[in-house]
Amino acid sequence: MSNWDNELDASGLNCPLPILRAKKALADMSGGQVLHIIATDPGSVKDFDAFAKQTGNELMESKEDGGKFYFLLKKA
Amino acid sequence: MSDKKLAIIATKGTLDWGYPPFILASTAAALGYDTEIFFTFYGLQLLKKKIDVKVSPLGNPGMPMPMAMDKWFPVLGTAIPGMESMMTAMMKSKMKSKGVASLEELRSLCLEADVRMIACQMTVDLFDMNSKDFIDGIEFGGAATFFEFAGESDITLFI
Repeated sequence: MSNWDNELDASGLNCPLPILRAKKALADMSGGQVLHIIATDPGSVKDFDAFAKQTGNELMESKEDGGKFYFLLKKA
Repeated sequence: MSDKKLAIIATKGTLDWGYPPFILASTAAALGYDTEIFFTFYGLQLLKKKIDVKVSPLGNPGMPMPMAMDKWFPVLGTAIPGMESMMTAMMKSKMKSKGVASLEELRSLCLEADVRMIACQMTVDLFDMNSKDFIDGIEFGGAATFFEFAGESDITLFI
């Protein structure tokens, strides 16, 4: 069982697309739900951190595994 | 979330300079900024229904040339007819392969996110541009229109 409500695969996309797609995905979710994001853009690590700080959505997890980046964002 | 505001003036009409206004505006909108772009002079090319902009190696020593082209086409070579189109095609394919969005895609994302776009009426008149050539959903205005928004913005950029 996955511990998220929605998943976004932003692999292969470059700045600012992962952020924009995540914003769009969050818009269709309700508060408290968690979005799992997969990205390959190394810049997305700092960007999702900054995105969370500025939008109030909580970045629950940010990790790298095998050249891919995984994030868990909880909608505010 | 925030009620911050970002005002951008877009003045350049080349492929490379077309990116910053749309990247920053779409990202700002995603972060909750109320965003407006004022397009003036060559920046108006970015509002055309079909964006037809090029990247020029001419007079641009900072531009990385693919396949060591700068070795084969030093300085004067960049002025060879067709070079611009060739560099533009190469740049576009490079961007596509790296997952960089097209200008049209970023522009649509801006419009979807309610980024307000204003075309400089004076430039439209100056260059005898046809308002029918521009995309829908934009407004036409002058410097005072820009300041109405920029005056209460947190960030103002001239690009």
